[in-house]
Amino acid sequence: MTATNHQWRKAKNVLMQTIACVCAVLVILPLLLVFFHLVSQGASSINWAFFVELPKPVGELGGGMANAIAGTFLLITLASLVGVPVGVLGGVFLSEYSHHRLNWWIRFTADVINGVPSIIWGMVVYALIVVPMKGFSTLAGGVVLGLIMIPLIMRTTEEVLQLVPNGYREAALALGVSQWRMITQIVVRTAMKGIVTGVLLAVARIAGETAPLLFTAFGNAYWTRHLTEPIAALPLQIFNYAISPYDDWHRQAWAGALVLILLVSTINIGVRVLTRDRFSQRSA
Amino acid sequence: MAMALSVFVLIVLVGFELAHGSTLAMRTFGWRFLISSDWDPVNEKFGAVPFIFGTLVSSAIGLLIAVPLSIATAVYLTELAPLWLRQPLTIFIELLAAVPSVILGLWGIFVMVPWLRGHLFPVLQQGLGFIPLFQGPIFGPSVLAGGIIVAIMILPIITSVSREILRSVPGLQREAAFALGATRWEVTRIAVLSYARKGLFGAVILGLGRALGETMAVTMVIGNSPQMVKSLFAPGYTLASVVANEFSEATTDTYVSALFEIGLVLLGVTVLVNALAQLLLKTFAGPAGGSPR
Repeated sequence: MTATNHQWRKAKNVLMQTIACVCAVLVILPLLLVFFHLVSQGASSINWAFFVELPKPVGELGGGMANAIAGTFLLITLASLVGVPVGVLGGVFLSEYSHHRLNWWIRFTADVINGVPSIIWGMVVYALIVVPMKGFSTLAGGVVLGLIMIPLIMRTTEEVLQLVPNGYREAALALGVSQWRMITQIVVRTAMKGIVTGVLLAVARIAGETAPLLFTAFGNAYWTRHLTEPIAALPLQIFNYAISPYDDWHRQAWAGALVLILLVSTINIGVRVLTRDRFSQRSA
Repeated sequence: MAMALSVFVLIVLVGFELAHGSTLAMRTFGWRFLISSDWDPVNEKFGAVPFIFGTLVSSAIGLLIAVPLSIATAVYLTELAPLWLRQPLTIFIELLAAVPSVILGLWGIFVMVPWLRGHLFPVLQQGLGFIPLFQGPIFGPSVLAGGIIVAIMILPIITSVSREILRSVPGLQREAAFALGATRWEVTRIAVLSYARKGLFGAVILGLGRALGETMAVTMVIGNSPQMVKSLFAPGYTLASVVANEFSEATTDTYVSALFEIGLVLLGVTVLVNALAQLLLKTFAGPAGGSPR
C-alpha cells in the first residue's frame, strides 16, 4: 500500500515536471516562429534601396522605407526630449525625497498609468495637440511617445537609485555637501548605468508603438520637412502595408518588421549584456 | 518634485480630455450608449455593446490560454529547470515581451490565421462541434484568432511577474516541505503555490489589464465586424480596435465623440483592473517592498 502510494507520488512528480517543461516550450514557441518567419520572409526584401528610397506608389515595384526609418528615429528623439527629463527627475524625487504617503500614491499612479492602453494616449494627444494645431504632426507623435515613456522611466530610475548604498549619501552629506549636489554628483552618477538602461528599455518599448501614432504622427509617403507636418514611422508603415491587398507591399511589411525587430532586440540584448553583473548578483 | 507629480497631471489629463471629447455622445445617447448594440455610423446610431462583448470574449480566451501556460512556465523557471537553463529562458521570455504588437499582428495575418483556418479550426469543429461556440462557418480572422494573439501578447508579462512572485517565496517554506519528505511537485504545490496565491492572482489581473487594452495585433486578426455571434469562428471587434480603425476616418462630430466615449469606457476598465492588480501585488510584496514590474 505504502509502496504503491510512494510510486504514485513519484509518477505524479515526474508528470507535473514534464507538463511544466512543455508549457515553457510552448511559451517560447511563438517567439521562435515569429523570428523564423520574419527572417525567411523579410530578409529577401531587404536591400540597399529599402534603406535609402521613398515608398513607391501602388503598382510600381521596389522602393524603400527610408522616410519611415528616419521618422522612427526622429520620433524617438522627440519623445526622449519629453520623457527622459520628466521621468528621470521624477524617479530621483521618488527615491531621494521621502514623503512616505505621497510617494506611495505616485508609485501607484505611475504603475496604473503604465497599464493604460497606448491607443488612449493617442486620443488624448489628438485632442490636446492635433485638434488645436489643425493637423497631424511630427510634434504630436513625439509628445505621445514621450508621455508613454514617463512612467516607465520614472519607475526604473527609482529602482536603480534605491540600489545605491546609503553610506555614499551619508558620506557626502557628512562632508557638508548640499543635498542637491549630493544627489546629482554622487547618487545619480553612481547609478548612471542603470538609469541609461531604463531609458534604453523605454526607447525599445516606444520604438514599436503603433496605436498611438495612428492619429498623431499619421504617416507620410514623403519626407517630412517641418515638425508640424505628418511623419512616417516604421510601425505605422508596417501596419498600413500589412492590411493592404498588394503582394509587393506585404513583402515590404515583412522587411520593415525585420528591421524593427532587429532594432528592438539589439537594444534589449545590448542592455542585458551591459548590465549582466547586476542581474547575476540578484539571481544568486 | 513637480516632475514626480506629473503622473497625477497625466491621469487627470487623460480622464479630462476623454470625458471632454465624449460629452456630445453622452448628451446624445445617455446610458443607451452602454446598452445598445447598434453601430451604424451612417445613420448616426452608436452603441458600445458589440465592442465590450468582443473585448471581454477575446480577453477571456486570452486568459484561459495564457494563465495556465505562464504560471506553469514560471514554476518551471523558478523551481524545476536546471540552473544553467534559467537565465537564457528568462531572456527569451523578455524578448517575446519586447516584440512590438504590430509585428505580432503581421505574423498573425500571414502565418497564424491561414494555419488556424486550414488546420486547427476544422479539427476543433470536428471534435467540439456539439458545443455552440464551435459551430458555424469558419472565417480566418475571428474572435478565437484574436484571443490566441492576446494570449501570446500577455504570456510574457504574466510569466515574468509570476516568476518574481515565486522567487520571493522564502526558501524556508520549501525546505520545510522537503524535510517532510515531499516530492518536488508536492513542495511546489503545498509550499510555494499556495503561499504565493495572492501574488499570482495579481499577476493574472495585470495580464487581464493588458489583454483588455491590446490594440494592434488584435485589430489585425479579429476581423473587425461589430456583431455578436455565438460562434468563436466568426469575426468580432474590440473597444481598442474600433478606435484604431475608425478614429481617423470618423467624419461627424457625433461619430468622433462616440469613439471618445469608447475610449473612456476602455480607460475606466483598464484603470480599475490595473489598480486592483497593483494593490494585490503590493500587498503581497509588503508595503515597503519593490513592486515587481
